[in-house]
Amino acid sequence: MSPDAQPRPKRVGSAFWRGYRDCSPFILVVAPFGLLFGAVASDAGLNLLETMTMTILVIAGAAQFTALALLQEQAPTLIVIAAALAVNLRMAMYSAALVPHIGSASLVKRALASYFVVDQVFAVSVRAFDFDDGLDTGQKIAFIFGAGSAIFPFWIGGTLVGAFVGDTIPPEFSLDFAIPICFISITAPMMRSLPHLLAALVSIAAALALAWMPYYLWLMVAALLAMIVGAQTESWLQRRRA
Amino acid sequence: MIDKFQLWAVIIALGLGTYLIRFSFIGMIGGRPLPEWLLRHLRYVAVAVIPGLIAPLVVWPAATGGETDPARMIAALVAFAIGIGFNSVLGAVFGGMAGLYLMQFLLG
Repeated sequence: MSPDAQPRPKRVGSAFWRGYRDCSPFILVVAPFGLLFGAVASDAGLNLLETMTMTILVIAGAAQFTALALLQEQAPTLIVIAAALAVNLRMAMYSAALVPHIGSASLVKRALASYFVVDQVFAVSVRAFDFDDGLDTGQKIAFIFGAGSAIFPFWIGGTLVGAFVGDTIPPEFSLDFAIPICFISITAPMMRSLPHLLAALVSIAAALALAWMPYYLWLMVAALLAMIVGAQTESWLQRRRA
Repeated sequence: MIDKFQLWAVIIALGLGTYLIRFSFIGMIGGRPLPEWLLRHLRYVAVAVIPGLIAPLVVWPAATGGETDPARMIAALVAFAIGIGFNSVLGAVFGGMAGLYLMQFLLG
């Protein structure tokens, strides 16, 4: 950079729209998933206010389905809460992973951004932050807001429609499989680096081997093992290069 | 029938608890620097969580009653190949779903 170059203007708006665009393929996923939740919740006897409050406050499909199933089984309140929160424990890892990127933003911005840290937003954010450089903290916050804004209206709207009309998508569309397909599509380009590829393989193998564990514990154990393998491989590659 | 008091207790506790999980490290650590060994592990959170999260959905899909489905396995590989080969998310999504429909058609 030449010494007289002006600091680059913070293009927060364009970062917002980039996040929006990067996350928009997931609309294909969250709309039908929200529809399904709305339908299942209304079948379980929840009224519209209850269904919508839950979906807007929690914004985490798997945990909402877990809570609903346990409530229907008449499980004790604390068990329902603990089991559903365990499903969401992975998001503590997302929170930690975002610290180097947005930790220096103001508390208000961090508090607002935290609401948007769902699987889809986290996946596209890491892809943008770790694999393309050049976004500053403000732009990263804007990116997260944009990514969340792309899918949250469809999750909430999907739930609303599902609560009224039920699950109306024919099974022949196999939209259930859009969930893994979208996540595979987002993460595949990260696998061009050996430590990332090995971490992903360990994650898959451990998740399948530990599937007998209750309450998504299998995911936490698989993720910790995979992170260690990724970090160790990175160190090993560095030592070899040195 | 779900008890209404219990339901509202769960909705509020789960909403608050989930938010606090998301806020935890972003909120508490803030701008303080993290040690290098921790940063090295945190770089792999996405590829450590997401593949494990979806692996059971690919191998044991609920739509087939948990039975492994060749059409879905092939579709997942197609999406992965397009994603890693062309670095195109949309291409991988549509390629994967097209692959699924094609395999379901071919395999009956």
